[in-house]
Amino acid sequence: MSSIGTGYDLSASTFSPDGRVFQVEYAMKAVENSSTAIGIRCKDGVVFGVEKLVLSKLYEQGSNKRIFNVDRHVGMAVAGLLADARSLSEVAREDASNFRSNYGHNIPLKHLSERVAMYVHAYTLYSAVRPFGCSFILGSYDQDDGPQLYMVDPSGISYGYWGCAIGKAKQAAKTEIEKLQMKDMTCRELVKEVAKIIYIVHDEVKDKSFELELSWVGEVTNGKHELVPKDVREEAEKYAKDSLEEEDDSDEDIM
Amino acid sequence: MERNLIDSQIKGVSTGTTILAVTFNGGVIIGSDSRASIGGYYVSSKTINKLIQVHDRIFCCIAGSLADAQAVTKAAKFQISFHSIQMESPPLVKAAASVLKELCYNNKEELQAGFITAGWDRKKGPQVYTVALGGMLLSQPFTIGGSGSTYIYGYADAKYKPDMSKEECLQFATNALALAMGRDNVSGGVAHLVVITEEGVEHIVIPGDKLPKFHDE
Repeated sequence: MSSIGTGYDLSASTFSPDGRVFQVEYAMKAVENSSTAIGIRCKDGVVFGVEKLVLSKLYEQGSNKRIFNVDRHVGMAVAGLLADARSLSEVAREDASNFRSNYGHNIPLKHLSERVAMYVHAYTLYSAVRPFGCSFILGSYDQDDGPQLYMVDPSGISYGYWGCAIGKAKQAAKTEIEKLQMKDMTCRELVKEVAKIIYIVHDEVKDKSFELELSWVGEVTNGKHELVPKDVREEAEKYAKDSLEEEDDSDEDIM
Repeated sequence: MERNLIDSQIKGVSTGTTILAVTFNGGVIIGSDSRASIGGYYVSSKTINKLIQVHDRIFCCIAGSLADAQAVTKAAKFQISFHSIQMESPPLVKAAASVLKELCYNNKEELQAGFITAGWDRKKGPQVYTVALGGMLLSQPFTIGGSGSTYIYGYADAKYKPDMSKEECLQFATNALALAMGRDNVSGGVAHLVVITEEGVEHIVIPGDKLPKFHDE
């Protein structure tokens, strides 16, 4: 599917004859190898869901988080090289903090995502460094501007979304997201749907166990980004598992 | 408004001026006198402008050393303008006041200037912020400042009402300025008033002889 660079892919400071920067494309490949993360914006907030693959039974539950808090009102879900993502979350945190220090109010998400995207883009210009191997989804809720959702990829572009997915099952997840009427849903309804989508796109054969990381920010949390409380999470996971069983059952009926 | 040894000893660091800003229903009025003085005995300018526009709907009035105030407002105006272009929307009054505060606080050793920032923004409507000498930032429904303000604290406290109409507020501000300019020897000249609302900005100048007169004038 992908063409080999053959000489034009050795550094980010080189274009190929057909106008591509291969190093950036390879960085995006790194994101596609990672497990899925989705973010969906609804009427009154934003919900994040991450399929966190558990590679060893020895891992402590809840470790290696893939959803970060960037500021009180901003959350960030990542896919790709986790170390790169952690370093970028620090960049985003500093940016949000400096903004608040200079201007006295919460940083608007569009501005934050453009700033971090600019930073990511800078690493695609020079041969001395490599591009960041991670994509991330930023979400926030503000009383006046409402819920906002932005995604930044390794090339340094940021786009606003109503729903987006990154990682290995992003195509399947996008299909599921498109079926939702998110503009009319509340966070509480959406949390269950997000859990269901993660369960649907999770590949039982290739990847064994996974932990579902869910977080939200919206009117329901008073504008604070936080992990979804235990009871809501359990309800969402139950809904997800039940929906999957239903689908399995209906398949059997047809047969 | 250059500092003078005698001046500082007598009056402390607030120097020759009267400034105020008052919110009303739908907007804010910011006002000042127009006298610049050296010490307490020479009027270096009768028609100085102490109301600086830092953005479309945000004004600052200055007190203290005129040189310091002009330098700070120039830097602040640039920063706010750049910030507004980056944000692709008009700046919040709080953001403008914070920019001034950062400049005052981080350079507090060198500077001797205080500000009143007032304006209108889409998020919170009309607002007034005081940025004091050392860099304190405070939001208030109305505020008065400068050496002339000491003579009108009583008047302002007694006569201010929240949610006034534009006319009532204009009357309040004009009276306050007139009373202060009447008693403070380093405040005087004309009264400058700017009315800021969502629709726009209106600049009113009242020459000294047209100011309201009180019992012994």
